[in-house]
Amino acid sequence: MTAAAERTQENATDVLAVARDQVLDRGVGLTRDQVLAVLRLGDERLEDLLALAHEVRMKWCGPEVEVEGIISLKTGGCPEDCHFCSQSGRFPTPVRSAWLDIPGLVAAAKQTAATGATEFCIVAAVRGPDARLMSQVRDGIKAIRDSGNDIQIACSLGMLTQEQVDELVAMGVHRYNHNLETARSHFPQVVTTHTWEERWDTLRMVREAGMEVCSGGILGMGETDEQRAEFAVQLAELDPHEVPMNFLIPQPGTPYEQYEPIEGRAALKLVAAFRLALPRTMLRFAGGRELTLGDLGAEQGMLGGINAIIVGNYLTNLGRPAQQDLDMLADLKMPIKALGDTL
Amino acid sequence: MFCVHCGLPEADGDHPSCRGGRAALEPPRFCPECARRMVVQVDPFGWAARCSRHGSTTSAGAGVLTD
Ligand code: SF4
Ligand SMILES: [Zn+2]
Ligand SMILES: [Zn+2]
Repeated sequence: MTAAAERTQENATDVLAVARDQVLDRGVGLTRDQVLAVLRLGDERLEDLLALAHEVRMKWCGPEVEVEGIISLKTGGCPEDCHFCSQSGRFPTPVRSAWLDIPGLVAAAKQTAATGATEFCIVAAVRGPDARLMSQVRDGIKAIRDSGNDIQIACSLGMLTQEQVDELVAMGVHRYNHNLETARSHFPQVVTTHTWEERWDTLRMVREAGMEVCSGGILGMGETDEQRAEFAVQLAELDPHEVPMNFLIPQPGTPYEQYEPIEGRAALKLVAAFRLALPRTMLRFAGGRELTLGDLGAEQGMLGGINAIIVGNYLTNLGRPAQQDLDMLADLKMPIKALGDTL
Repeated sequence: MFCVHCGLPEADGDHPSCRGGRAALEPPRFCPECARRMVVQVDPFGWAARCSRHGSTTSAGAGVLTD
């Protein structure tokens, strides 16, 4: 074989060379086996992998970064048993139930908008909303609008009925978050009080009602690499507008308390692999990046496929200061998406 | 004084899991004066924590008060 022919053959089997043609040039996401091959690349390929994922993001999504703030409207006391969650009422965690009042919600929305964020997500720790929660959300959104704040409002309130989906649309909620959390095959190990399919049903209704679908999950919950690849392609099949990527922060009192956080290079590989599976989807850094990646890793992730972030604190955990993320985006010359832009 | 992360007396042992990177991402959960579990609200820029006996404390930057 000539050297050139050998190179051609090598390229045909090298997953990054394949991805360059398939994902970067043609916009076709990686298959499950291809994602697995990416996750199994040696650390010496990490730089090439991140560079390719960044090219894919720039080509198919552009340089803008969507910035979001999130707030917990109802904290703790959830009847479900998601094993990673400090807000489940079934585990002896130190998190106590709390409701945020409307002035508090308006204040949080105002602080979020002041960072330049275009997205404000209202979250409640529930299986699904009851009448009290729906009315609190309605009053809260009205109060935010009455305060002159035109930030886009998303909600994450658990599993919905069709009626509730329609109500949220009528309230002006433009996006709904409901994470599939993990691969379908792993889900029963993580949650026993509801099914992956029930989550999928809510997402289907959300999409059909015209809201943007936001669905991602948490990595580092004991899933295998095969299941990580499975999860990436299941998300691609769902084709959400946004995928938030969380890395497990082991929470005291939960069944996953003793889990080790994902190691930084493995987390970066996951970021890039998800980008290659989801070339056009908004990929958001969510919880756990501070612990898993630190400051340097956050920047590498932004240059490895991520194009959206949550600034400031999370629901029950603290993040790094919002200004640090805004400075990072300025340093990277990545413009913050403005209201009215579409990614 | 009690540890705000685990609620045990500060003087008992060295609280390894209350000093690491994970604990740095946690707001206080237990009242330092009486070790009661506090009601805590996190907002994008801070937190507010309330003990039923000893009242509220907030971080700098918190825009949200639960009282
Ligand atoms: S449904 Fe949500 S709030 Fe409830 S335990 Fe699961 S993840 Fe936590
Ligand atoms: Zn402690
Ligand atoms: Zn107290």
